[in-house]
Amino acid sequence: MKARHQRFLLISLAVAALATAGAFVLNAFQSNLVFFFTPTQVFQGEAPKGKAFRVGGMVKEGSLKKDGENVQFVVTDFANEVPVVYKGMLPDLFKEGKGVVTQGKLNQGNQFAASEVLAKHDENYMPPEAQHALDKAGAAKAAQTYKPAN
Amino acid sequence: MIVEVGHFALILAAFVALLQGVLPLAGTLNGHQRWQALARPTAIVQFLLIAVSYAVLTNAAVTDDFSVKYIAEHSNSLLPVQYKVASVWGGHEGSLLLWVLMLSGWTLAVALFSRTLPLAMVARVIAVLGFVSVGFLSFILITSSPFERLLPAPLDGRDLNPLLQDPGLVIHPPMLYMGYVGFSVAFAFAISALLSGRMDAAWARWSRPWTVVAWIFMTIGIALGSWWAYYELGWGGWWFWDPVENASLMPWLFGTALIHALMVTDKRGGFKAWSVLLAIGAFSLCLLGTFLVRSGVLTSVHAFASDPKRGVFILIFLVIVVGISLTLFAWRAPRATLGGKIALVSRESMLLANSVLLVVATGAVLLGTIYPLIIDALNLGKLSVGAPYFNAVFVPLMVPVVFLMVPGGIAHWRESRGKELGRQMRWPALAAVLAAAVILIFSERGTWLTAMGMALAAWVVVGLLVQIVARVQKPGRIPLSFWGMHLAHLGIAVVVVGITLVKGYEIERDVRMGLNDTVSIENYTFELVGLNEVNGPNYKAMRATVNVSKDQKPLEVLYPEKRRYFSTAMPMTEAAIDAGPLRDLYVSLGEAIEGDKPQWSVRVYYKPFVSWLWYGAILMALGGLLAVSDRRYRKSALSAAS
Repeated sequence: MKARHQRFLLISLAVAALATAGAFVLNAFQSNLVFFFTPTQVFQGEAPKGKAFRVGGMVKEGSLKKDGENVQFVVTDFANEVPVVYKGMLPDLFKEGKGVVTQGKLNQGNQFAASEVLAKHDENYMPPEAQHALDKAGAAKAAQTYKPAN
Repeated sequence: MIVEVGHFALILAAFVALLQGVLPLAGTLNGHQRWQALARPTAIVQFLLIAVSYAVLTNAAVTDDFSVKYIAEHSNSLLPVQYKVASVWGGHEGSLLLWVLMLSGWTLAVALFSRTLPLAMVARVIAVLGFVSVGFLSFILITSSPFERLLPAPLDGRDLNPLLQDPGLVIHPPMLYMGYVGFSVAFAFAISALLSGRMDAAWARWSRPWTVVAWIFMTIGIALGSWWAYYELGWGGWWFWDPVENASLMPWLFGTALIHALMVTDKRGGFKAWSVLLAIGAFSLCLLGTFLVRSGVLTSVHAFASDPKRGVFILIFLVIVVGISLTLFAWRAPRATLGGKIALVSRESMLLANSVLLVVATGAVLLGTIYPLIIDALNLGKLSVGAPYFNAVFVPLMVPVVFLMVPGGIAHWRESRGKELGRQMRWPALAAVLAAAVILIFSERGTWLTAMGMALAAWVVVGLLVQIVARVQKPGRIPLSFWGMHLAHLGIAVVVVGITLVKGYEIERDVRMGLNDTVSIENYTFELVGLNEVNGPNYKAMRATVNVSKDQKPLEVLYPEKRRYFSTAMPMTEAAIDAGPLRDLYVSLGEAIEGDKPQWSVRVYYKPFVSWLWYGAILMALGGLLAVSDRRYRKSALSAAS
């Protein structure tokens, strides 16, 4: 093999390898994006069926029910609510009236079956996604109350 | 009053850093030796000023001076003294001060241990470090001064985040920072080489030990962080693909590629442009990591109270650094030759393939880490990239890297004969096949992934044995760096074993337990025998007593705790671990479950070989240490300088 051929082979191998790696990365990337929805968006049916996504907001006061490992609670943005079912241990900082983000899928009964309840590291800390959900719902409400006065 | 002295020293340090950047560099342009000679004294003065500033803040923490806002927010009079000292880097402002202290420390080290280098080179390197320091010092002074007063002073401080009150925290951030900051030295060497146009082997040789030392610190820092997450977060996980973990992994991957590329530049004169690019990339990733961690765009234990100004500042700094470096590279790099020709099968080609793979892996991690931030910044919605993405991408990219370690080590420089290479790889190949067969045949739960992991580990271990045997048979003194390399590679194999076995065979059980209830995993039995209240210095805890027995014989008593810290309402899980070289038993206490009979939810984990992850990291660090203590560096630096 001449040096020129060898170099050509080397370069084409490298390009092929990089292209494979790139395609592979993007494919894995596509299938692992988890989108975030507010309780209002879930209520309006914007959330995907059969695909995992995240919901965030406040844990509604008085909504937490525990039966051993089985946990139920309601996530609210004070405009709409999503009932959540979860099996497992809740993180240390999970509390009624505090912010929460959960990841999972909608089940048949239109409950959100959470596979993960995200732990936060600081009691004063509000997950930005939960804050975002509250802000959005708050803005929508403000717009609604504003309209009639219009 | 003394606090203001600290602040003032920091302001002075910023001016000295500016002098340290401008004058020596100007000296290299106009040929004034005296200006160049200013590099060392300014570096020393800058270090002393920052050290004073840092000592002042530490003093304020130890003496409970809550009139300093930072201390009031991160410390507490009840905090044990070692955590008061650690609280200095427990928040944003203080951790940046630690950052500049280390940067000036590295600069000082360059100033002191560069006697053998040409003056112009030293002047350039120290000047570049001076400019980096100017950036960080002005960041602290403009947006995040730790010396701000809080008047009237509160009676007590808000306390350090309980998660951070742990021996792991005392050393994890300084280690990681030493690594992050250390890559600035590799960066400074690369930029100096570009500035001088002297892209020869000498540059790579000078730069190598510094890069390896930074890499050692980073390896230890990442391992400590992973260990801390394992025992402190109470989930038994050791790597979460959290953006902050990724922020430290990315420069580590680049740094690993850089160490190997620099070796080729040093020994063969090849890969020059590639080495420079990797050095620029590694430091840029360190800055990006700082941006991610410190700007508050991320949500994690590392993201401190955020202020958008801070994020913008670091982002601008990052853009300036990357912009200038790449412009300089585009302008100067063509002067660097590509080095000699290399064949398709040669040590160079495999090192090149590996460093490209490491860069691609970094790119994949980067994509997953910053894509959600970009989408959010553009207001296109909120999303996250889950751990499955990282696992799906990272593992297949790392498998060929680990695979190539063996032929890469055996192959000759420039050109290797395929047949000869194949013959030497017989034994590693046989070991790999055997390891895979053992897993698939004798282990019930063994999957092809487990088999592949063990095959790779066996491949690497036997591969390095073959190399060592071949080297010992040859005459001549074996340099320390040879043993260093193989020790570090052995560390990789040990980490691979740890990951493979813990992923393949771990058992996790979340159960409800009342008094005298038992749980069994494999041949271990866990019995909850007691629950009492205990008092710590700044917390109260519920402590469970769990008797562990193996084959009905008592083995160990574990005391997992649920703590409640006085200063915050925050509950904290303290897992109890019976650690061993072959398996860890991990028990953590969940919440109380109300009912007629009191019960607690308890996590009981059996984690085989999990400690190998950290043993492997220690071996890598030791390998690096052996490599830098090779006397070749000192000697050759002398001969290169004369």
